[in-house]
Parts: sequence; C-alpha cells; structure tokens
Amino acid sequence: MSIVDSLLLTLPELVLTGAALALMLVAAFVGDKATRFVTLAAIGALIGAAVSLGGRGVGFDGLYSADAFSDFTKLLIYLAAGVSLLLSTRFFAAEDRLRAEYPVLVLLATVGMGMMVSATNLLTLYVGLEMQSLAAYVLASFMRKDVRSAEAGLKYFVLGALASGILLYGISLLYGFSGTTDYHAIARSLADGVNMGELFGIVFVLAGLSFKIAAVPFHMWTPDVYEGAPTPVTTYFGTAPKVAAVALLVRVTIEAMGSAVASWQQILIFTSLASIILGAVGAIGQVNIKRLLAYSSINNIGFVLVGLAAGTEAGVSATLTYMVIYVLMTLGSFACVLQMRGANGVHVEDIQSLAGLSRRQPALAAAFAIFMFSLAGIPPLLGFWAKFVVFDAAVAAGLMPLAAIGIAASTIGAFYYLKIVKIMYFDEPTTEFAPVSSYVESSVIALTAVAVSPIGYLAIPMLGAATAVAAKALF
Amino acid sequence: MSFPILSTMILLPIAAALLTIFLSAQAARVVALGTTLVLLGLGILLWDGFDIGGPQWQFVENAPIFGRFAWALGIDGIALMLIVLSVFLMPICILASWDSIEKRVPEYMAAFLLMEALMIGVFAAQDMFLFYIFFEAGLIPMYLIIGIWGGADRIKASYKFFLYTLLGSLLMLVAMLWMSREAGTTDIPSLMQYNFPVDAQTWLWLAFFASFAVKMPMWPVHTWLPDAHVQAPTAGSVILAGVLLKMGGYGFIRFSLPMFPEASAQLVWLVFGMSMIAVVYTSLVALVQQDMKKLIAYSSVAHMAFVTIGLFAFNRQGIEGALLVMLAHGLVSGALFLCVGVIYDRLHTREIARYGGLSNNMPYYALFFLFFTMASIGLPGLANFVGEFLALVGAYKANSWVAAVATTGIILGAAYMLYLYRRVAFGTAAGEDTASMRDMTPREWLTLAPIAAATLWMGVYPESFMAPMRNDVTALLARIERTAPAGDAQLKMGAAKPAQAHSAAHGEAH
Repeated sequence: MSIVDSLLLTLPELVLTGAALALMLVAAFVGDKATRFVTLAAIGALIGAAVSLGGRGVGFDGLYSADAFSDFTKLLIYLAAGVSLLLSTRFFAAEDRLRAEYPVLVLLATVGMGMMVSATNLLTLYVGLEMQSLAAYVLASFMRKDVRSAEAGLKYFVLGALASGILLYGISLLYGFSGTTDYHAIARSLADGVNMGELFGIVFVLAGLSFKIAAVPFHMWTPDVYEGAPTPVTTYFGTAPKVAAVALLVRVTIEAMGSAVASWQQILIFTSLASIILGAVGAIGQVNIKRLLAYSSINNIGFVLVGLAAGTEAGVSATLTYMVIYVLMTLGSFACVLQMRGANGVHVEDIQSLAGLSRRQPALAAAFAIFMFSLAGIPPLLGFWAKFVVFDAAVAAGLMPLAAIGIAASTIGAFYYLKIVKIMYFDEPTTEFAPVSSYVESSVIALTAVAVSPIGYLAIPMLGAATAVAAKALF
Repeated sequence: MSFPILSTMILLPIAAALLTIFLSAQAARVVALGTTLVLLGLGILLWDGFDIGGPQWQFVENAPIFGRFAWALGIDGIALMLIVLSVFLMPICILASWDSIEKRVPEYMAAFLLMEALMIGVFAAQDMFLFYIFFEAGLIPMYLIIGIWGGADRIKASYKFFLYTLLGSLLMLVAMLWMSREAGTTDIPSLMQYNFPVDAQTWLWLAFFASFAVKMPMWPVHTWLPDAHVQAPTAGSVILAGVLLKMGGYGFIRFSLPMFPEASAQLVWLVFGMSMIAVVYTSLVALVQQDMKKLIAYSSVAHMAFVTIGLFAFNRQGIEGALLVMLAHGLVSGALFLCVGVIYDRLHTREIARYGGLSNNMPYYALFFLFFTMASIGLPGLANFVGEFLALVGAYKANSWVAAVATTGIILGAAYMLYLYRRVAFGTAAGEDTASMRDMTPREWLTLAPIAAATLWMGVYPESFMAPMRNDVTALLARIERTAPAGDAQLKMGAAKPAQAHSAAHGEAH
C-alpha cells in the first residue's frame, strides 16, 4: 500500500487535524469572541470526519487499520465529542471562561482517540494514547483559577504519566520477548505458549490500560478528576475517552493477545468484579453528584469488562452495545447535571440540592429518573439491555460465577441510583433552580431520554447487527 | 390477523398514563377511571372470547421486533383469570384513591395505569425475556407509589421493596440466559416442553425460586411485605396483595414446575418446610399485631403458603386449589385493605386500639368488614374456602404431616381475624372521634360491593373460574406427573360394592 493510500485511510484523522490547526489560527487571531464560531466549526469538523469514515485496509505497513470496528467506535467517539461540545458553551459563558482553545483541544484529543482505536501496533497505540491524554490534562484544568480544576488537572497528569510508564514498560517487555510490536505478530508469538516475560508484559499492558478506562484497582483518580474538571469536560471524559480506551483494550486483548485468552481472562474477571463492587460501594456515601457519577462510571466499566472477559465475538459485540448505551446515558445524565444551577445562575453539585426536583421541574426530574433507573439496569429502560447482552455473552462463554456475582452485585449499585430518585421524588423541595434556558441542552436531554426509554428497544436489531459486524472485524 | 386485544390492553394504559401526566387532578382521575373501565370491558371480552377446551394458548400475537427476543403475547386459562383479576381490581383502586390522594394526583394515576399495563404484560407474555422485562419493570411504579404517597416510614419501605425483589430477580435472569442458550429459544410454550438436563435443573430451579419466593413472599424472605403494605397507600396495598403477590405463584406454575419437574420434585421438602413454618409462624405473628395493615399483611404471607403447598403437592386437587386461593386471596385481601382504608381515611391511624364499637355507628361498614373477615377465615360459601380446602386435600395426598400443620393455619387464621374484628367492630369506641365516624359513602359502597359479589360468586359456583383453567392444569400435570414424589397417605378409592354384598358383609361382622 502506497503512502497516499495509507494517508487516505486516515482521512478522518486528517480532517480533524486540519480543522484543529485552522481553528487554532482563528482562535489566535480573532480571540475569544470567536468561541461560538470555533465550537460550531469543530462540530462541523467532527461531522466531516464521520462522513469520511469508511476506508478499509491496513496502512503504514501495519501501524494503522481502518475496519468496521474502528469505524463504529469512531462514530461513537465523534458523537460523544460533538454533544459535549454542544453542552460546553453555555457553561463556560456563565463561568466567564469562554475560550476559543477549548474546542481545538477537544478536536486534538479526538484525533488521538481515532489513532487509539485504529492502532494495530503497540507504538501507534502509545502515540495515540499520549496525544489524547495530553489534551485531556489541559482540559481537566481548564478552569485554571478554580483550585479544584487545577488539582484535577495535576492529579490526572501525574497519575496518567505513571500509567503511561507502566504501559510503556509492558510494551517493552512484550517487544523484548516476542521481538515485535505488531499486534498480529505478537499474537503469533503468544500462540506457542506464553513465557514469563510475555506474561509480565501482558500484565503491565493491561494495568496501564486499566488506568485509562478507570477500572479497579487503577480507578482512584476518577472521582477527583470528575469532580474537579468543569462539568462539560467531565461529560467529555465520561464518554469519548472511555469509548476509545475500551475499544483500544478490546483490540489489544483480542487481536494481540487473542491467542492467549487464558492468561488475561482471569485478570479481566478480577478487575471487572472489583470495579462493579467497588464502584457501587464507593458511590453510596457520595454527596457530590459528579463524584457519584464517577463511581457510577467505574461500576459501569466493570460491566463492560464482563463482556470482554468472555473473549468471544459475541462478547466484543456486547461490549460495543454496552458502550453505545452507556454513552447515551452518560451524556443525558451530565446534561441534567448542567441544569443544576441555583436561582443566581451558579452551578451546584450537591446531591441534596436536587430535593423535590419533581415538584419544581417535573420534566427534568423525569428525565434524570429515567437515566438513573437505566444506569441501574432496571427494565424496561435501555440500560437493562446493555447489562443483558454482556451477561448473555459471559453465560454463553461458560463464565457462570462471573455472571452470577456480577449481576447480584448490581443490586448494590441500584441502591445509590435509587437514592437520587428518592431525593428528587420523595423529599421536600429546598433549593430553587434556575429554569432550563438552553434549547440545545433541553433537546439533548430529551433525545437521550427517549433513546434510553423503552422506545430504544426498537433499535436493538439494528444495534445488534452493527455491533456484530464491528466485532467480526477483529476475529 | 385478528384484533390484537392483548397488545391493546398493554398499550392503552401506557398511552393513558402519558396523557394523565399533563392533566389537572380531576381530569386525571376521570381519565384513569375511564381507562380502567375500558380495560375491564376488554377483560370481560377476553374471558367471553376464551374458548374453553380449545387450544392451550389463545389470542396469540407474535412480532419479532426486538431481535434477540420477541413481542410475543398469548394466554392460557390461568393467565386469563389473573388478567381478569387485575382489570377487575384496578377501577376499584382508582375509586378508592379518589379523595384520599390529594397531592400529585396526575402522577399517581399515571403510576397506577403503568402498573396495570405491566401486570397484564406479565401474565400475557409468551417470551421469557419479555416476561422478565414486565416482571421487573413493575418495580419502578410501585417504588414511586410507596415512596411518594406512602405513610411516615415510606422511604425505608420503598427501598426494601425494591432491592429485595431486584436481588431475587437478577439471579433468575442469569438462569434465563443459560436456558435460552441451552434450549435455543425464548418462547415460553416451547420451553415448557423442553427437558433440561437434570443436574442443571436444580440450579435453574433455585435461581427462579430466589425470585418467586421473594415475590410470593415465602418465609423467611417475606419481611419486605409488612413494611411495604403498611406504608403504601390503600390502593397500593390492594394491588400489591391482590395482583403482585400472585406473580410469584404464577411464576411457579409457568416456569418452575413445567420447566424443571425433576428439580421441583427433589426440592419439594424445601417448599413444604418453608410453607409450614410460614403458616404457623406468620399466623402467630399476625395475632399480636397492633397495626391493622400489618396484621393483614402477615395473613397474606400465611395464605400464600397455602398456594405453595398446593402447587407442590403435584396433584390436581393441590394445583387447582392453589390457583383458586390465588384468585380468592386477590379479592379478599384486597377488600380487607380497602376496609382498613375506609376507616383510615376518617381517623388517619391504623392502630387497632384506636377503634372499637364500629358496629354501632357504622353498621354497613361492620357488615362488609365481617363478610370479608369470614371470607378470609375460609367460611364455606365464600371464596377462600374452596381453594384452601382443595389445596389441603392435595397436600394430604402428598404428605399428611404437611396437611396437618397447614390446617392449623386455618384455625389460627380464624383466631387472628376474629380477634381483629372484635377489637375494631365490637366493644366500646376508643374515643369521641371514633364513635362519631360516619358510615360508608356511596363511593366506598362502589368499591366494596363488587368485590363482595365476586367473593360470593367464587364461593358458591367456583366452576366459572375453574373451567378455563382445568385443561391447563391437565397439561401441567402431564408434565410433572412422572416425577411426582410418592405421597405418604396411601389413599385407595374403595370399590363400589353391590348393595347385597354390603348387607351380607354387614351381617357377618355382627
């Protein structure tokens, strides 16, 4: 494949990179007045990147692969990035932090994510991951005058650097013992038995990636970063990078380590159950809604890993289905969190301030309740279907104890989601919120709420077919 | 394809629920009542159109619109009777909440309409996962009903109700996932004919048991029920006792017995043991309650134990008896909760000691209360008697010890119900306010009289209710008979002897 063909394969990344560079110039010359324009242009660039998906093949001598799997996950990433951009302008305008660099940083992080999900070589993986992370560290501390935001950025950076080191160490071990950084070549090398060096490599790579997806025991940064980062950034962190990191993990485990399932399956089973249980227990005592949603994301990653631990095509397809539904629920919940503004317009994050919301803003409370019940996995909401498919895959792969313990532990999770519903519906109103003012935000809430409502079940055949095609690309 | 009556019965209340949210309080009441009455009409049409002796599954609909599972509906006689029970109780619930619910009426009516759709869905679902979705989804409206409109301690009760039931059901989901893999179908009628490996059956049975035993509820997982009942508003208690508890029994009939007959036979000791304890223990607990609703809640646990005993007797009398107890208990306990509601609305307390002498100032009320008290005790001629008698006959054939212990439940039942009645209706009033309570209003008449009529009907001519279910019990027996455990009471039907031989034998004996 010539260099031109290879470049054409990366067209979505090229579109985003070009747009990011051009918008950077706009930001530099016009200044913060252009923020709204830059945001819209960035969303346009994401749409353009989505349209230019569809290339098929392996480019740059096996460094980059464009297939159904990468297309599917990129589409989801662009969607998440676009919606979180839509949700950002009003928030930053209210906080007087409207900066034209913000959409540019989001675009750059998104380019990194595109590289992550398309990587078929450990080095591309690392470059993509770092590109995404560097932009993300800046985004986390975007409200730099706010102590919590600065702390979040610093914490994210230090721990992220540590995780990158662990990951890099694992990569070097894998390279040293198998003599290659190419996924398929590693798989061939692992096929004839896993020696001690390779095993250590696998463990370190998985540890590094667990950090990126915030799975227990590498989750401790999540609540602080979620709480400290500005809410639109948290929305972004909770969705797009999660999808990218999970997709990356899927590709590494299935393509590079697919011939040694036994050596990583138990690791995933452990992190999965630990994430489900710790995420659920940790959330119970939280009083800040963003910290609670951080623990909820840890809990959800546990369920995602249940599907991946199956190590089968059905498992990968279930994982992707879960991610789609998870992104919808997370976008919706954070859009609701963005509406938590006191009468003077200041954002509040205290869960107790939701008290009696169903009396003051019934529509918002109903949407929030739908997201909470859906995250808890209660039918007939779509969150149930997400859990259904991952546990179905685990049961089909014969992982009965994992399925039984995991699903029983989801009752613990149900407790704190119910707590939010209880506060909104059973408690007497206390704080008065400013009314929902933005059409954009209310339509995001409405659309995601409808999507996770029982109406979303009608999309199951389509979603199932799409994820099956995407999963097939890896096997 | 004929008119999809079952889909209509599920979708109509959902549409009405969405509508009521946007209405004023009074309009919401009217719409809710109208919808439930239309559904009652549809339910009667369903009963009328049900061909007794026809195919086992009727009104079948199947639309594979969800990929992995289908929108498959259809009913047999058992499901039919439970649907009729649900749609019969629902307008009564709306009427009972007419004045007593004052805050957030539109949401309340929407929750009840949603509840009705889900109940019908549970009984009509012919796809395992569709059943699960309806079964679980019922938690959400009930959680809201208890939590928003409940009594003082409603938060704890709503949590307990939700989490208890959820934990039980989730294990059932894992079992369902395995079953759909093993059998390659999610269609309930096909699964009812599928022979699962015997060693897997035990695990599957236990997983389903975890769900249904909680829902039923059986001792020792019944503790959510008294809390939920006491805190729920009157209509919530009626639905909980009248229909939601029946889902456990329905689950045993639909899943546990026909799908895992070997495991059911193996684990019959577990069911019998838990039921025997429940009958005696919860009856004794009911005897010492100070709170009327709690007393009736405990009596429900005792009555449900008759259902489990009858079902696992593995014979026709037991199963038919259990089904009739389910229907009768749905009517009678619902009516008893309504009776409590009537006086609660006047005095705003459920404490038994605050009442007394109601037969003086509320004669009609005392009459109705006595009627349902007697029905609950199992007075012949009223609904409960038929079912309990049959269930005990069945139990006796299976195991005479179980029958002996269970029968004490009837005596204890008489004790706690009569004791309750004496304290509430006889004697002297506990206070001025109690003595000055007014008798039943026409609206309250409208809620209690239809149930009284149905109770009498079921007691005098149970055949109307039994006929649609008889063939389904036959089909069930055909599935489970081969594994039925041998009973200890070796009953033999005596051969009818000619009259002459009889007198000769008679003479010899002298």
